[in-house]
Amino acid sequence: MKRLMSGNAALGEAAVLSGCTCYFGYPITPQNELTEYMARRMATSGGVFIQSESEIAAINMVLGASVTGARAMTSSSSPGISLKQEGISYLAADELPAVIVNMARGGPGMGNISPAQSDYFQATRGGGHGDYKTIVLAPGSVQELTEIVPLAFDLADKYRNPVIILGDGMLGQMMEPVDFDNLQRPPDYEKDYTLTGAKERPARKIHSLIFDTKLQEEHNWKLFRKFRLMEQNEVRYETYLTDDAEMIVIAYGFGARIAKGAIKRLRQENLKVGMIRPVTLWPFPAKALRDMAKTVNDFFVFEMSTGQMVEDVKLSLEGRGHVHFYGRPGGVVPMPIELSRIIARHYIQAQAGGRRRKR
Amino acid sequence: MLVNTIFSGFGGQGVLSMGSTLATAAMLEGKYVTYLPAYGVEVRGGTANCTVVVSDEEIASPVASEPEYLVAMNQPSFARFQSILPAGGLLLANSSLVNTESARRDIEILAIPTSELAEKLGTIKVANMITLGALVRASSMISYDTMLENLKEILGEGKAKLIELNKQALGLGYNYAKDRAYGH
Repeated sequence: MKRLMSGNAALGEAAVLSGCTCYFGYPITPQNELTEYMARRMATSGGVFIQSESEIAAINMVLGASVTGARAMTSSSSPGISLKQEGISYLAADELPAVIVNMARGGPGMGNISPAQSDYFQATRGGGHGDYKTIVLAPGSVQELTEIVPLAFDLADKYRNPVIILGDGMLGQMMEPVDFDNLQRPPDYEKDYTLTGAKERPARKIHSLIFDTKLQEEHNWKLFRKFRLMEQNEVRYETYLTDDAEMIVIAYGFGARIAKGAIKRLRQENLKVGMIRPVTLWPFPAKALRDMAKTVNDFFVFEMSTGQMVEDVKLSLEGRGHVHFYGRPGGVVPMPIELSRIIARHYIQAQAGGRRRKR
Repeated sequence: MLVNTIFSGFGGQGVLSMGSTLATAAMLEGKYVTYLPAYGVEVRGGTANCTVVVSDEEIASPVASEPEYLVAMNQPSFARFQSILPAGGLLLANSSLVNTESARRDIEILAIPTSELAEKLGTIKVANMITLGALVRASSMISYDTMLENLKEILGEGKAKLIELNKQALGLGYNYAKDRAYGH
């Protein structure tokens, strides 16, 4: 049965149904409804809820819970996520699964509480110190959270690595009908690393301090091989009206919703615009873009930032095609009509410039 | 069919609940719907607004560039939002609080004296539901009868005692718009 729920609340429910038994968090707008939901829900589901004294405490509680084998989650918004980066680096080094939610807001610094997409670099480049990556999932609707959240917990367990769910304030605040009928609880994994008391087995230890440089290098290459596997197996994206497109818009999350509204308008004016919406921001759908460049010359990146994902688009295309960009940073949410006018201008100029669709 | 509505007014006038009530009613009728609150640094007595999109097909953007309907429950909202209403749009204004004179000649304004209408029910707390009744009549975006049938579910647990009051309030607004030849 469908219920009208905010993205924050739906994310909490999906986490519980995915087997999350430990939630630790510290309040920050615009993700407070998630913490609030978990406070109530964990009381009935028998899980653990702790409102920690800080974001740093919360991420380290996640680490502690993960060490014991529990499915653990924390959430925050941009400035709070910055505080968690040390812990995320430790989780990656220790090869511990965890899910971290960022309902991003305007920045840098304290910024504001309006929705933004300016944490893309932080999320997709590891975020903390050291050679590591996190899978980054970017849902675009409340219903999609019911697929993204179980996937996040599953990938975290599968690769023993932290997974980031990158939303924004708007996704957290908006309400849409949602049902959890098709949500599949991810399977439980055999965890031979957990610290559960060394009764009748040899003692184990989990730590990231490796003084021997050779051993550290070995560990780095081991992690690297794991990240390469993720790149090979875990790319996810959605296409929209790409078959006859002469210009491809690349947008993600809430930005992709605005872009979709803009594209609907452009299609009414017979402008052949389609979209690729990366669902995984890392690993990025580089090959899909490269393949698209065989028939399309113009790629239009839209972000609610001054331009971060646009770098991944350029890296993916490796010089192919022409990359256009439009960004609105600072927590501004542009209207679809505004975006459609900008895209139309670029589209018409590109056509006039003779950069035609290749066939 | 795709209909965008912006609800606006003072915090405490039930502006957001007007939006979520419409959204829930539309959902229960099987329509696609999005509800987007303008959240921000709000204060009691400050302005609040939300956008509701109701559609027969999947909704691309929950952000409305050109809303078909605008509900303004107070003067600042009336002043701020009337300019984004495209030509031919309908503005439902709470004329108990709003001076509904507008320089725009290309939009329609339905002035609803919610306080006077609400007097019959003995509480002005239902001014929002009166306005929503008028909107449902004027827009036909959802079925009024289905909404009344589902009212218990729409209002949720804890509001069971208020179903009759809300039904009467919706009816007052619905008939107010109907008597002025809005809808159908």
